[in-house]
Parts: sequence; structure tokens; C-alpha cells
Amino acid sequence: MAVVTVGITVQRNLFAVVVLFGAYSFLMATVLVALDAVDVAMTEAAVGAGISTVLLLGTLYLVRKEEMKPLHRPLLPLAVAVATGAVLAYGTLGLPAFSDPEAPIQRHVAPRYIHDALRETGVPNVVTAVLASYRGYDTLGEVMVVFTAGAGVIALLRRRRGGRKEDRQ
Amino acid sequence: MNIASHYSYWATIFLTVGGLYIVIARGNLVKKLIGLAIFQTSVYLLYIAPGKLIGGTAPIVAEQFQVYSNPLPHVLILTAIVVGVATLALGLALVVRIREAYGSIEEDEILAQDRDAA
Amino acid sequence: MRDYLVLRVIAKLMIVFMLVFALYVQFHGDFGPGGGFQAGVIAAAAIIFYAIIYGLPAARKVVPDWLVETMVAAGVLLYASVGVAGMLLGGNYLDYFVLHADPVEGQHRGIFWVEVGVFITVAGVMLKIFYLFAGRPGEEEEGK
Repeated sequence: MAVVTVGITVQRNLFAVVVLFGAYSFLMATVLVALDAVDVAMTEAAVGAGISTVLLLGTLYLVRKEEMKPLHRPLLPLAVAVATGAVLAYGTLGLPAFSDPEAPIQRHVAPRYIHDALRETGVPNVVTAVLASYRGYDTLGEVMVVFTAGAGVIALLRRRRGGRKEDRQ
Repeated sequence: MNIASHYSYWATIFLTVGGLYIVIARGNLVKKLIGLAIFQTSVYLLYIAPGKLIGGTAPIVAEQFQVYSNPLPHVLILTAIVVGVATLALGLALVVRIREAYGSIEEDEILAQDRDAA
Repeated sequence: MRDYLVLRVIAKLMIVFMLVFALYVQFHGDFGPGGGFQAGVIAAAAIIFYAIIYGLPAARKVVPDWLVETMVAAGVLLYASVGVAGMLLGGNYLDYFVLHADPVEGQHRGIFWVEVGVFITVAGVMLKIFYLFAGRPGEEEEGK
């Protein structure tokens, strides 16, 4: 995935960038399956590699350009990015090690959900039970967000009768 | 000491920094949006990697498994992925309209047109 | 794309399979990975696939604009009305255990209808966004 990211940075043909992004999404879905996050992997594969790539290709069809050569050497952004990375790395040294069963997040709330989800909701998939039942409000908010995004895109891209030529003198 | 066992964080940080660099260092608007998407996926990794228990399994309760990976980050990230694609769709719609209004999707050219018009 | 025979035949096979798979993912979300979001996106992808192979006007005939726009709003309404039903039957908003005499069965019903609402909205929004992006005239038609 690191290689694909570097490729996306360097490539200037936008179509190649979109294809690389699709490959990146599939790789991310595979990594998520390796991390036991099967629901998330299915969503990432469907949404990232499916819908995102289709929308990007649709935008490229309407826009159709190659990327311009940068006017000035990007030294300052590179320094800013590397500095941010260094600060993040310093911060993660205090976090628990990978797959530590004594870590705080494994102890407090998660065992309660795993033990009681089947008994209280009758649904073996703990993620669905939490998403639809224990945290139903949040899912309502999420559906609202999807609806709002659809309404926003409709408002932005609705075609007006009579074409758009007279708006661009 | 701690460095070797934190390797999942190194991968996450590399992706975060890569996405951040694409957003601030590239002028093409579509590429900026792709960089934003990479940044978002690195945040998903940041949340899910600590929840994994080696030897555990997916959080679907069944008879033969005792140890499960933590399901709570999965719920958060599921919502985050859907919100991310909603953001991407809106961003791309804005890019299409900017293209029609300015004739270009390069940040430098758009700023130059604004400066000339002001 | 209509002239490529191989694409058309493969598309006919795969679109049916994709739609059935979307329904499978939706209804088996309780027992395996899946649920409303994944199923909605897979269903929208199946119709998008049809639009890519057979052209956008053909897809607009199969799934017309008014149906897609109704789907976008209907899912949210369904979700919210499950919550209101919980309130009318005595509990708080979005309480599922009052929906049936047996609370676990009530949870089942609540989760089922809520996931259906999510499926409808997500499929509708993804499809509508694709229709909007693909329906605009492209570069060469604008006569620049």
C-alpha cells in the first residue's frame, strides 16, 4: 500500500491515479480482513473500490485533464508532512503494543457487548447488533448524512433547462 | 523495545503522511480529493489495528470460538467509511461545477483567475 | 458497448447474481458480515453495471428517476418511523423491545426494518449520484 501511495503521488495522468486508487482500496480491504474486521472490509471493498472509483471516473469524464507540473518545488509541504509524521510517531510510542490483550480497550466495554449481544438481541453478529440496536441513533444520523450528501449533489448537479451556455459569457 | 511491537502504527503513520502530503503539495483538485481519501483510510487503520487480537476471530458469536477481536472500532469505522464516500461525492460534484465556472481544476490557475477578477 | 457480445452476455449473468447477492448480504447481516450499507452499495453497483453496458437511457427506463428519488427519502422515513412506532407502543424513541411481546423478537423486528430502511436509502443515493454524474454532457459535447 505504501508503494501504491507513492505511485499516486508521483503519477500525473489522472486516469492512472484513479486506477491506482482502486488497487489501493482493494489492498486496504485485504488488510482489514487480515485484522478480523470482516464487516468493515466488505464495506471498504464495495464503497472504496466500487462507488468511489466509479464516481472518480465519472468526474474524469466530465473534466478530462492531465495534472499540471508543479510551479515550485514542494519542499515546505514535504517538511510539514514529515514533521507531522514525526510528532505522530512520538505520540504512538505511548500507545499499547499491537495485539496486547491487556490493553484498556479490550477490558472495559467490549467484553460486555460480546457476552450479552446474543442473549439480548438474538443476533450473533455483534457488529450488526451494536450498529442497529445498541447504537441505533448513530446509524440514524449516518443515514441522514447519506441523504444529505445525495440532496447536496442533486442541488449542485441538477441540469437546468436551456443549457448553461448563456451563463458563461 | 517498544519500536518493534508498534509496527502497525508505522504503517498507519506512513499512509497518513502520504495522504497529507498529497493534499497540501499537489494543485490538482481531483488529486487532492484522492489524497483526502487516502488520509481517511489511514485513520480507519489507526482505529482497527489496536482492536485485533492475534489468535482471535471476527466478532460473530459462535460455539467454537472463545476469543474475539474488539467489535466496537468496527462499528465506528463502518459509519466513517460511509460518511467518507458521501464527502467524496460532494467534493467531486463541487469539482465539476468549479470546472464549468473557471475552465480549469488546477488550484494555481483558479487563484490567478480570482486575482485578476478582483 | 452494446456491440460487444461477450460483455453483454457476461453482464446479463452477473447483474442477476449481483442483485441476488445484495439481497443475501442484506438479510444475512445478522449471521455473517453484511447489513444494510454493504447490500445497498452492491445493489447500486449492479444497476450501475447495467447502465455502463447498455447505456444510460436504458437504465433510466428500468429504474426511472422518480423511483430513485423516492427511494432516497423513503429509507430515512422508514428508519424514523420505526423509532416513532417504538414511542407509540410505550417505550422511548427507537426502543425495539416494545415491538413484540417477546423482547428478543422485538429486537429482531426492529433491526430488520431498520436495515431495510438503510438499504433503500444507500442504494437510492448511490444510484442518483451516478445518474447525475453520467447524465451531464461531457467535454466534447460542450463545444469548447
